[in-house]
Amino acid sequence: MPYLGSEDVVKELKKALCNPHIQADRLRYRNVIQRVIRMSKLDQWGQAEVLNFLLRYQPRSEEELFDILNLLDSFLKSSSPGVVMGATKLFLILAKMSPHVQTDVLVRVKGPLLAACSSESRELCFVALCHVRQILHSLPGHFSSHYKKFFCSYSEPHYIKLQKVEVLCELVSDENVQQVLEELRGYCTDVSADFAQAAIFAIGGIARTYTDQCVQILTELLGLRQEHITTVVVQTFRDLVWLCPQCTEAVCQALPGCEENIQDSEGKQALIWLLGVHGERIPNAPYVLEDFVENVKSETFPAVKMELLTASLRLFLSRPAECQDMLGRLLYYCIEEEKDMAVRDRGLFYYRLLLVGIDEVKRILCSPKSDPTLGLLEDPAERPVNSWASDFNTLVPVYGKAHWATISKCQGAERCDPELPKTSSFAASGPLIPEENKERVQELPDSGALMLVPNRQLTADYFEKTWLSLKVAHQQVLPWRGEFHPDTLQMALQVVNIQTIAMSRAGSRPWKAYLSAQDDTGCLFLTELLLEPGNSEMQISVKQNEARTETLNSFISVLETVIGTIEEIKS
Amino acid sequence: MISQFFILSSKGDPLIYKDFRGDSGGRDVAELFYRKLTGLPGDESPVVMHHHGRHFIHIRHSGLYLVVTTSENVSPFSLLELLSRLATLLGDYCGSLGEGTISRNVALVYELLDEVLDYGYVQTTSTEMLRNFIQTEAVVSKPFSLFDLSSVGLFGAETQQSKVAPSSAASRPVLSSRSDQSQKNEVFLDVVERLSVLIASNGSLLKVDVQGEIRLKSFLPSGSEMRIGLTEEFCVGKSELRGYGPGIRVDEVSFHSSVNLDEFESHRILRLQPPQGEVRLTVMRYQLSDDLPSPLPFRLFPSVQWDRGSGRLQVYLKLRCDLLSKSQALNVRLHLPLPRGVVSLSQELSSPEQKAELAEGALRWDLPRVQGGSQLSGLFQMDVPGPPGPPSHGLSTSASPLGLGPASLSFELPRHTCSGLQVRFLRLAFRPCGNANPHKWVRHLSHSDAYVIRI
Repeated sequence: MPYLGSEDVVKELKKALCNPHIQADRLRYRNVIQRVIRMSKLDQWGQAEVLNFLLRYQPRSEEELFDILNLLDSFLKSSSPGVVMGATKLFLILAKMSPHVQTDVLVRVKGPLLAACSSESRELCFVALCHVRQILHSLPGHFSSHYKKFFCSYSEPHYIKLQKVEVLCELVSDENVQQVLEELRGYCTDVSADFAQAAIFAIGGIARTYTDQCVQILTELLGLRQEHITTVVVQTFRDLVWLCPQCTEAVCQALPGCEENIQDSEGKQALIWLLGVHGERIPNAPYVLEDFVENVKSETFPAVKMELLTASLRLFLSRPAECQDMLGRLLYYCIEEEKDMAVRDRGLFYYRLLLVGIDEVKRILCSPKSDPTLGLLEDPAERPVNSWASDFNTLVPVYGKAHWATISKCQGAERCDPELPKTSSFAASGPLIPEENKERVQELPDSGALMLVPNRQLTADYFEKTWLSLKVAHQQVLPWRGEFHPDTLQMALQVVNIQTIAMSRAGSRPWKAYLSAQDDTGCLFLTELLLEPGNSEMQISVKQNEARTETLNSFISVLETVIGTIEEIKS
Repeated sequence: MISQFFILSSKGDPLIYKDFRGDSGGRDVAELFYRKLTGLPGDESPVVMHHHGRHFIHIRHSGLYLVVTTSENVSPFSLLELLSRLATLLGDYCGSLGEGTISRNVALVYELLDEVLDYGYVQTTSTEMLRNFIQTEAVVSKPFSLFDLSSVGLFGAETQQSKVAPSSAASRPVLSSRSDQSQKNEVFLDVVERLSVLIASNGSLLKVDVQGEIRLKSFLPSGSEMRIGLTEEFCVGKSELRGYGPGIRVDEVSFHSSVNLDEFESHRILRLQPPQGEVRLTVMRYQLSDDLPSPLPFRLFPSVQWDRGSGRLQVYLKLRCDLLSKSQALNVRLHLPLPRGVVSLSQELSSPEQKAELAEGALRWDLPRVQGGSQLSGLFQMDVPGPPGPPSHGLSTSASPLGLGPASLSFELPRHTCSGLQVRFLRLAFRPCGNANPHKWVRHLSHSDAYVIRI
């Protein structure tokens, strides 16, 4: 626990907050909550802890909600960013029913966030930028007037620059688009190729809304004749033409000449695709493709060859006279000499398609040349604040939602099994709602019915650790005679949701088996079966991680029944 | 909550390692962290990293990596704050933070960590509260410092340095040598501003940002009330009006929680009850953007001539310092990225004490001292090998070549604040304890954060 004031205060509060009587009494509970809020002697760590803790409280009326907001208001002005962000998160979650309060809070947190964005500490700056992006997803215009704060400076590390470019790309609006684009244009000629490319992609992103200005800037960049710039610009053009068909004309005019400056696979693919799809508007398209076809033998990337096949065939449909010869040579090469099977198969496929007839080819290859609706799909409209409020001030925005999903997935797979529901942790999450819900929860265990949860497979390590740490809760001896097949026993136990962790081989003496099961309240039953050599009985020892006799008894009766049944089958 | 904390040197050697909860890995996580950090692709941020259910969060401070690991989804703001607070604390207790001081004071560092964090939860980070628990004394080494020499003064002349406190004066451990009382009677109050500026190629101002802080470091043995008087025309927010002059305006202010603001509204006085003994705290932070009362300290007038055919690049830079004539700028350095493959440099500089050289694909022009109101110039000629493309493509012969600029300046402006904020007075309600009046040092300093001029 952080320091929360004098020890007595803390003790009293802890007692009060854990006491079901107080939780049941609305007024007293409110009093305690208010005392927690009012603790003025807290240092910033204590404040952050209290804010975290209050997340579990749900005010019962609007009046109480505003009470709490007013009491906590000073936390929003704290000089510690941790406290300010904690308060913001709490406010956003408490006010989840009133969007205008949420917007107000976000307006007020703007100052501290911007200050953190230009903080001396690079790391803090980065985290703040991630949160700015999070807010921008819901309120695109929120930081528009502060766009200058997100201009990159020369000395900043790479990861901050990239974040800033993303932010700039997202906050662009009618008023600042000119300045932002000018700034981004400056980054495109940066010495660092990665950063320059990120800036070009960002301009491409803005181009979906402000097409003309962006296409003009991108076209100018082609004039620099730099390899790393040209390839990214062409890729941007390809994506842009697909999403915004109105810029096709401008792109087609810009393309001639840039094939000299493209060497990498991605860039070549983009250029060839553009030439194939919009070749009828680019006068020298067949000749550029012909160059590629002539050099196809020395081409190293199979993806480029595939693209080249498709593009030549497409262009052949619109300009047959100029392309027939070239297409023939390409198909011949791909079918007869190519070693990559995918390219060869594609070549064969097109060849057979051509044999069927030109109408069929047209029907198959002349798909739509653009799809503006895809743009809407790609960036979904403003997400509601509530969708990320619980992620605010956590690591989720820092990793990014997608990355976080993969992290939590592999984390879940790793420990979903040994992880038991937390029993008595003070910091356990989940709403701390007293009264009505509480009673319902308490009813369940009283009924005494045992429900074993299926598929609770514990790892052997975890089993061993728990087994060693617990005392034997019950020991019993069952009569047992002769041989049997362990697999039968395992299957029978499986039916009643008791898992086998480990088992000796059939016929070995002594024979041992370790079993585990878990009921729906999270109580674990660990069992050892032991057959001593020359003894005609089976020893059963059961351990339990929570001492509850009635569930233990019912578990043992289940076990008895299973073993009894096996015994019967055998005899 | 925090599982582990460790400090690595810039080369990745673990200096300090502490496991708070014993729930994950052993010491080799430190090595794992460094491997992950160095193997990270360029476009990913190293601030937060993940490995097998463990999050690494770190800051870099004075060449050291301060890292915490946690397995929970905690608040990144709080953790980073904790890390920088720890860095300050270690600096306070060890004198300064660095590889040497940490390895000399390992015992002290562990003792501090024991008190600050318990089972991964923060208990307290206040210097004053911790002082009661810390027994180990810091080991300080006195490195050879040029400052000691320069304050002597050449030929008996009184140099600038002898009038001001040496900049290393404030960097000694707060707990150093309890017996040595006479030294301790000092208060340092610093107004430090960071300036970030962006100037377009046509000379128009695109962005000005000032981040200011008032920092206090007190070595007073007894806690007594302190009154800090700020400039009376100090206005907060866009709308407030004070005094008749142009006023000094900042956009946002935040204060340390121990500052009493009763007299702030009326007289711009901050009252402060510093805790007994040595403390170091940031009294006030403020930000100011776009609207600077004084002219910018530097203007740069570049002219570039480029002959694409012969590959000759000529850059003429004129730097004007717009400070008042009695102030000066120190350690001015101009950094100008150059096109790739620049081979030779010839230079003509306006005064002998300047220096210019090529370093890491950029031009570095060092001006140790620039007097206010003066103008300096440099003419640089370079050879750029011809571009790979055909030279016939003559669209942009006069325009500057790719990769030139923007220029960035770094400098320090002693006794100058860009916002105009000044500390009028610092008064101590001093209770005499058999000692002479305490020394009060009030220092103003501005330095550049990012001063970028497009070319």
